[in-house]
Amino acid sequence: MNPVNYLYLAALLFTIGAAGVLVRRNAIVLFMCVELMLNASNLALVTFSRLHGNLDGQILAFFTMVVAAAEVVVGLAIIVSIFRTRHSASVDDSNLMKL
Amino acid sequence: MNSLIPLLVAAPLAGAALLLLGGRVLDRFGHWLGTLAAALSFAFGLVLFFDMLGRPADDRAVHVKLFSWIPVAGFRADAAFQLDQLSITFVLLITGVGTLIHLYSVGYMAHDERRRRFFGYLNLFLAAMLILVLADNYLLLYVGWEGVGLASYLLIGFWQHKPSAATAAKKAFLVNRVGDVGLSIAIMLMFTQFGDFSFAGVFENAPQASQGKLTAIGLMLLLAACGKSAQVPLQSWLGDAMEGPTPVSALIHAATMVTAGVYLITRSHAVFDLAPDAQTAVVCVGAVTLIFGAVVGCAKDDIKKALAGSTMSQIGYMVLAAGLGPIGYVFAIMHLVTHGFFKAGLFLGAGSVMHGMDDEVNMRHYGGLRKYMPITFVTFALGYLAIIGFPFLSGYFSKDKIIEAAFAKGGTEGWILGLVTLVGAAVTAFYMTRVMLLTFFGQKRWRPTADTSGSAAGEERMPHPHESPASMTVPMILLAFGSVFAGGLFTLNSSFLRWLEPVTGHSEGHSPLPSGVVTGLTIACMLAGVGVSYLMYGRGEVPVVPPIGSPLTRAARRDLLQDDFNHAVLVRPGSALAAALVYFDIKGLDGFVNGLAATIGGVSSRLRRVQNGYVRSYALSMFGGTLVLVATTLLMRSA
Repeated sequence: MNPVNYLYLAALLFTIGAAGVLVRRNAIVLFMCVELMLNASNLALVTFSRLHGNLDGQILAFFTMVVAAAEVVVGLAIIVSIFRTRHSASVDDSNLMKL
Repeated sequence: MNSLIPLLVAAPLAGAALLLLGGRVLDRFGHWLGTLAAALSFAFGLVLFFDMLGRPADDRAVHVKLFSWIPVAGFRADAAFQLDQLSITFVLLITGVGTLIHLYSVGYMAHDERRRRFFGYLNLFLAAMLILVLADNYLLLYVGWEGVGLASYLLIGFWQHKPSAATAAKKAFLVNRVGDVGLSIAIMLMFTQFGDFSFAGVFENAPQASQGKLTAIGLMLLLAACGKSAQVPLQSWLGDAMEGPTPVSALIHAATMVTAGVYLITRSHAVFDLAPDAQTAVVCVGAVTLIFGAVVGCAKDDIKKALAGSTMSQIGYMVLAAGLGPIGYVFAIMHLVTHGFFKAGLFLGAGSVMHGMDDEVNMRHYGGLRKYMPITFVTFALGYLAIIGFPFLSGYFSKDKIIEAAFAKGGTEGWILGLVTLVGAAVTAFYMTRVMLLTFFGQKRWRPTADTSGSAAGEERMPHPHESPASMTVPMILLAFGSVFAGGLFTLNSSFLRWLEPVTGHSEGHSPLPSGVVTGLTIACMLAGVGVSYLMYGRGEVPVVPPIGSPLTRAARRDLLQDDFNHAVLVRPGSALAAALVYFDIKGLDGFVNGLAATIGGVSSRLRRVQNGYVRSYALSMFGGTLVLVATTLLMRSA
């Protein structure tokens, strides 16, 4: 199978994730969309690694996974604590950072 | 011996520095320190004077170079002193009268808590005045010129808690500034013309300069002299300067500083002798001021202001004499010295009267004081006789010489000037007799004054006139000696003439009238003035409230409308110009800057709406930005 197809898939997944981040309000869904974008880029990295015949892309994918795992831990903790105080997971309710 | 010359200046300068920087430690004996500094300077002056007497006439001038002040490429300005017959005359007058007035101030300012500062300023004045007369170039003279202006400002406004004193000080400073501009322009003209402003350099090269340039320099020097010596048209500050303590009026505004203009003109005689037009201007200024001051002096009820008018008038005599050229220089300086004695004595007498009368200055509230203040009365009377030119007292000799010189000018000019000086002599006799009669003779017209001392502050009490303490009467007595004998001493064997001639030059004029006739006329005018004054003020009651009087009297009470004139011609247009500039500043410059700020502020407050707090909109802008960056990168690469 042509490796370029994996790139199309990665682009598709990334677009879905980006659109989700822009249009959804639920913090958990937003978070999942971010994960989707990260994984799309992982897929692209691995594909390029295969295309070029070296391991650089695959190593970078591992880095991405580690960072994503850390991000999930911190992000979920923030979301939980916001939910506890405001009884809402909507990101539009947390709009105090403005003039 | 020449090393003493810098010490002349150093003594009062050190005194001023100590007193002004020394702090409260010096409060107890600071005034004696100041007096000592002045006396020390006088002693040095005496030593130098006798040393100079011992040398032949053409070897008397000495130069001392202190340091190279402004050395630039081919140009040099030195801080150097020149002590010649003219300088030493001034040095002795300044330090001698200065010492006496320091001594007087010890008593006069005894109850003033800022006395130490007062003596510091007095010492500062002495130092600046000595620099003025000792300088051997115009630039250093300018330093002294400004220094005495500063000291005068500080001392007129010494009682700065009185708004009138603070205003008078500012007025004196501003009017003097106009004159100072004249001096600085004169110095610049000298520099462009001669490339030098030392006396020697300028006078040596003066004959090569064009007539126009010399006239311009002369007129600018005259402007400077007008400012410092309170001559028309820059005379308005002197009357108000009487707000200062009386010793200041005696030292600065009668005996020494106000005569600096006469010194300047006499010192620059080489320039004036070559510029007849400038000389004519000098004579006109002197003649006008001579009458102007005398008329003002006739109408004033404030004893110090009457004396101030008299000072103006007497300096008018000196300026007139200095404008006559070589026939007048010596007599200008001679009258200056005798005037220094008797006018300082008169002012100190006035201060003594005020001291005894609870600082009352209105002569209509005096009267009959001769019994209560015998010493003040006698010394004041001697000064009075000297100033009106009573035969064989100081003023008689010096004023008579000036009147003779005025006639000797020759032609119509000589007749006019002679008559003006004669009329001036009559008016002088009139107003001085008026001061004398109102103060020491007649009925007591004392009025209770607000008591500002002790526990009974605010209550009114009648004055209890009493003789002043010895520290005040001794200087008055010594000055009275000067008023009586100085003129005779100077005239004896023409000693003063022979003394100053090597510096200023001298030529005898040809008077159309024999000398005896002029003297007779002068005495007749003087007696007429005294007689009229006696008829008006000596017999019968003097009204306590001044009568309305003629239009001339009313104008003279307002200083012949000089302030109204200045206000209408200078202050009003000046304020209008300032208002216009302020308008331009606010509407034009500020308008532009403020408008720019408002535009940026408005734009920012609209831009601020973009920051709405929604995460998704931030994410969108990040996404959009990334897209733009990526697109640009790709486009650039393909291009």
